[in-house]
Amino acid sequence: MLHVHEVCKSYPTAEGTVAVLSGVSLDLAPGTSLALTGESGSGKSTLLHLVAGLDAVDSGRIAVAGTRLEGLDDAGRARLRRDRIGLVFQQFNLIPSLDVGANLAFQARLAGRHDRDWSRQLAEALGLTPVLGRYPEQLSGGQQQRVAIGRALAARPALILADEPTGNLDEASGDAVMGLMLGLVAELGASLLMVTHSERLAARLDRRLHLRAGRVSEAVAA
Amino acid sequence: MNVRAIFLWLGLAGAASAQGFADLGASVEGFALPERGRVLEFPADHGAHPDFRIEWWYLTANLTGADGAEYGAQWTLFRSAIAAGGGAGWQSPQLWMGHAAVTTETTHRMAERLARGGIGQAGVEVGGEAPFRAWIDEWEMRSTAGPGEDALDRLAVSARGDGFGYALELTAEGPLVLQGDAGYSVKSAGGQASYYYSQPFYRVTGTLDLPDGPVEVTGQAWLDREWSSQPLAADQTGWDWFSLSFDSGEKLMGFVLRGGEGDFTSGTWIAADGVPTPLEPGELEAEPLERFAVSGREVPVVWRLRLPGRGLDVTLEALNPGAWMATSVPYWEGPVRVTGSQKGRGYLEMTGY
Amino acid sequence: MIRASLTALLSHWGRHPLQLVTLLAGLAMATGLWSGVQAINAEARAAYARAAGVLGQDRLDRLVPTDGSLTVSQFAKLRRQGWAVSPVLEGRVAGLRVLGVEPLSLPRGAAVPGMPGLASGALGEFLAGRLVLVAPETLTRSGVAEALAGMEIEAAPDLPPMTVLADIAAAERLLDMAGKVTALLVDPDRALPGAVPDGLELRAASAEDGLARLTDSFHMSLTAFGFLAFAVGIFIVHAAIGLAFEQRRPMFRTLRALGVPARTLGALVLAEMLAFALIAGLAGVALGYGVAAALLPDVAATLGGLYGAAVPGVLELRSGWVMAGLGMAVAGTLIAAGQGLWQVWRLPPLASAGARAWAMAAGQTRQMQALAGLGLLGLAGLALVFGQGLWAAFAVLAGLLLGAALVLPGLLALLLTAAAHRAKGVLAEWFWADARQQLPGLSLALMALLLALAANIGVGTMVASFRTTFTGWLDQRLASELYVTAESPDQAALLRAWLEPKVTAVLPIVWVDTALGGQPGEIYGVADHATYRDRWPLLQAVPGVWDMVAAGEGALINEQLSRRAGLGLGSMLALPGGELPVAGVYSDYGNPSPQAMIGQAEFATRFPDAAVVRFALRLPVAEVEGVAAGLRAEFGLDDRALVDQAGIKAFSLRVFERTFAVTGALNTLTLAVAGLAMLASLVTLSSLRLPQLAPVWAMGLTQRRLAGLDVARSVVLALLTAVAALPLGLALAWVLLAVVNVEAFGWRLPMQVFPGDWVVLFAAAGVAGGLAALVPALRLLRRRPADLLRVFANER
Repeated sequence: MLHVHEVCKSYPTAEGTVAVLSGVSLDLAPGTSLALTGESGSGKSTLLHLVAGLDAVDSGRIAVAGTRLEGLDDAGRARLRRDRIGLVFQQFNLIPSLDVGANLAFQARLAGRHDRDWSRQLAEALGLTPVLGRYPEQLSGGQQQRVAIGRALAARPALILADEPTGNLDEASGDAVMGLMLGLVAELGASLLMVTHSERLAARLDRRLHLRAGRVSEAVAA
Repeated sequence: MNVRAIFLWLGLAGAASAQGFADLGASVEGFALPERGRVLEFPADHGAHPDFRIEWWYLTANLTGADGAEYGAQWTLFRSAIAAGGGAGWQSPQLWMGHAAVTTETTHRMAERLARGGIGQAGVEVGGEAPFRAWIDEWEMRSTAGPGEDALDRLAVSARGDGFGYALELTAEGPLVLQGDAGYSVKSAGGQASYYYSQPFYRVTGTLDLPDGPVEVTGQAWLDREWSSQPLAADQTGWDWFSLSFDSGEKLMGFVLRGGEGDFTSGTWIAADGVPTPLEPGELEAEPLERFAVSGREVPVVWRLRLPGRGLDVTLEALNPGAWMATSVPYWEGPVRVTGSQKGRGYLEMTGY
Repeated sequence: MIRASLTALLSHWGRHPLQLVTLLAGLAMATGLWSGVQAINAEARAAYARAAGVLGQDRLDRLVPTDGSLTVSQFAKLRRQGWAVSPVLEGRVAGLRVLGVEPLSLPRGAAVPGMPGLASGALGEFLAGRLVLVAPETLTRSGVAEALAGMEIEAAPDLPPMTVLADIAAAERLLDMAGKVTALLVDPDRALPGAVPDGLELRAASAEDGLARLTDSFHMSLTAFGFLAFAVGIFIVHAAIGLAFEQRRPMFRTLRALGVPARTLGALVLAEMLAFALIAGLAGVALGYGVAAALLPDVAATLGGLYGAAVPGVLELRSGWVMAGLGMAVAGTLIAAGQGLWQVWRLPPLASAGARAWAMAAGQTRQMQALAGLGLLGLAGLALVFGQGLWAAFAVLAGLLLGAALVLPGLLALLLTAAAHRAKGVLAEWFWADARQQLPGLSLALMALLLALAANIGVGTMVASFRTTFTGWLDQRLASELYVTAESPDQAALLRAWLEPKVTAVLPIVWVDTALGGQPGEIYGVADHATYRDRWPLLQAVPGVWDMVAAGEGALINEQLSRRAGLGLGSMLALPGGELPVAGVYSDYGNPSPQAMIGQAEFATRFPDAAVVRFALRLPVAEVEGVAAGLRAEFGLDDRALVDQAGIKAFSLRVFERTFAVTGALNTLTLAVAGLAMLASLVTLSSLRLPQLAPVWAMGLTQRRLAGLDVARSVVLALLTAVAALPLGLALAWVLLAVVNVEAFGWRLPMQVFPGDWVVLFAAAGVAGGLAALVPALRLLRRRPADLLRVFANER
């Protein structure tokens, strides 16, 4: 489902070019999950962004569901995100002017795959049915992240990319959200790549990789 | 000369009576009418007759250059009255129109001038600074006759337009000719008539100003004077008019008025000494032979003319078939060559095509 | 995808309706004022074009007499010399401009549509003087039917209002000008036969009719005002759009992350902006139509009174200004949204969400702005010193206004910093510091306010200076108690004989129309009388000026002629019959044309044909009524023929007031727009300001107090802006009086200041600032403590 091979990425900074990723490789089979752990600045979010096509590699290869990202232009990468990938951010990134229902269905609509029943099922499963008419600013953090997860899953993506999905939540609601997400990913049969700094959360996934200074330092099978 | 140029007056004269052309013949509203038997008096009758609706001084000349090239020249002053009589300044109801043209085998140049009466821009004067003077703008027909001569015996004529101009000296070599019944010329079976006399005996010398330079010319000219108030019958639509000078010294004025109940033809045979013999209606036979397309119309430019009683059978051929007068009211006017039983030159005018 | 994305983009406005209203209203108002002005100008220009097009004035050269007299026999003589000219007789009767033409000689290009052609049946009626042509709208004006009694009147839409086109024979009867000709039209198809004869001069055809030239400056002033209003409006639009872009930035990012290509997003946002531009543009054009329709009668009256230009008081919807209005709306939107659009287009999906709010971006920009502003002020100075003409004058104005606007934020920042340093007490310190922090977000609105206030002060000072000068001048100039016009020279003689024993003095007023300094003007013959010696408003004069004039040794000229032709005291003035030295220059407000005065004896020698039909009468004020009644009874004179001093003054002042009614209205509207800009900025800032207010609230200031301080802060900023606007406005007034008026009208007015007006304006500015702050302050007051607390709980 996901194939990352010898990916390097560096960014220009005031002090010169800083290499964030220096030859990272990984593979993710369909229906499996993988946790990316590492310190702040280890490059785990950068890797996630590269996989999502939000940024381009300096060298190396990334293929999502058999599609090589390097060959795609902005529109092509955007289509890939729309059609194949579900994104969950630490900051939720809901659209503040749309109500919960509209946010939930948003990406599915973008992809042209809006399925009412599935959305309703998701809302039910995520416990959002009572708040569908509210706006994001009227929700708690945990509720907002549940909306974001619902949004990512509504289009039935093949690959879920999650960037510290519980980073802004307290432990209890974080665990609850995590449980919901893993359950739904499994139900959907999607693959999951999750960035987290929490060993506890990482342990709940099939596999995990630890990044240090832009390299995979250890691979641990669950 | 005949009812020539009546069409030109449709706009102006017809407007005055606020009636159409068809009514023009019948309507006289305060204007004087020609009377049979009135004796024309000269030089007074050379001048204008403001109580009549229309009047003209109409000169056509057949000219030849030193190289033998043939030319035609026209100088015409029309008078038309909105109402009978005079009036001071702009208030005068008299209107004037001048036409001038020079025709060669290949070109026909012409100009038109319009003027109001009463202010001196155009007019006709008998006695005054010359024995006779007709003018519009800088165009002029001025008598240079001496004492004891008729005022029209000698004339200096000039005009100028876009790309042409001329100055001609005219000397009459014969008498004035009264047309019709001593100058009373009948224009229709219904009795419409005009006063009409001519001076067809001019010998001409002068200069034409053409784009290629001045051309000295000599030749002959014919002046028509006519005035009337209701010259046309209601059903007449146009006319063909001929003024021919034969090499024998004889001359013919003839016209065909085309109209509903058959054409009305008339004319005058003029002997070499100037004695006129009016033609009976229908005596002159005129037959168009060839037509020429000009300005979107088909105009006959070759004619056969016969006077069976006099053994005359001639063919008229236009020197330049394109002699179209694109004036306010357009017509055809140009020199013709005459061949057949008599040879000579002349002028042809056609309206209503 | 497109539908879903659009839904998301547009949902923003649903959540922020006030922002949308501000954006649309600002754009509509900007477009409206601009379109209104353009509509007025278009209407006037169309009227001039019609006037110019009549008789092919825009295409045909004309011969005009140098000494004001030309006769029909001269015309006939010219024709007989081969001149292809056609006579025109022009004059006024009963408020109508009568235009007599001669259809037979009229050049082809001069025909007025509707005039009977040479082949038309109606030509006879026209020549017989039974048919005249009149503009349709003129037919209904009072007095027209009476003046043309007995004639058949045909409507000719191409004629200017209040113009009668008739045959020259009918015209000379209507005008009682038998045998006269005003000008000769030259047929362009025929070459001139020789040199222009003495007594005539050839005036070249001009696409610009004299009216268009004379009124050009007036229309340019209107355009400048329209543009100023537009600029002020665009400030609002920029503020609203900028905020909307800033607030939607996270949304743009999310959309990109969720798979909307940058190109699609950019196109959608562009389409959204264009749709707004068109909606607001249409509303603006409608608004402009309303503004123009309301102002047009005044403008028409002004143009009629000041320049004698007949402009219809009814507005037509012309595609020209409608399209131009929409175009301006779109252009303005694109300018205002350009920066935001560019960012959306180029925004990488990972761009930091933490970019500082646009409204809070500051420091460096402010310095750059101030430098640019100073540069513009410098350029304005250069244009003032080296520039020439009306455009230079407007360049000075533009540089001055824009430069000052750009300098304003820096200036205010300095003032506020200084105030903060001097502040006593922590609250005062916070008050000033916070005001300074708000400055960047408010600077656009404050600039708009500055421009509006300065324009108000400038134009107000100009108008008031003008009014004072004008009234004083009228008192001087209108010394005689009664003015009487006879119907004919014969009646004039009878009048004079009747009047002589009854009044102190009968002063004949006699003049000819002629060219002066290359423009159509008038020469007056002035009587040698104390009325003139004592009171004529001379600006400059040589010693013994009146003796010189009386002796025919010198001429007086008006200020317009002096300035336009560069004639000073002692310069030789070219006049028909020989030149004369300039002995004096007099002020002549309200008259666009050059004018000269010579002694009446000298006048009679030079222009023996000029008839005396008008008199100024000196008599004790108490006897005015009696003499006027006597004149009416004895000679049957009507109100037009008999005017007393008060009547003329009232009329002149009415013309004056109307002239500036339009500028006044535009001024007020501009100020209103600026107030709205202020309101919009404060409202949008108020939500961003919560994080700044919350800590102060937490530390123990009540919401009521905070709201009060916010209102006070807004008032202070508005007042500071007003203070800055004062010198700018005075500079503006000076440029208007000393440069623009001189170029536009040909006279310079002394500048007078009216501090009383400033107080009113300052109060207005303060009230505008307070009112603008009121809405956000009320909002702040109504906030639940929880909202404020959230600031701490949930920072960005």
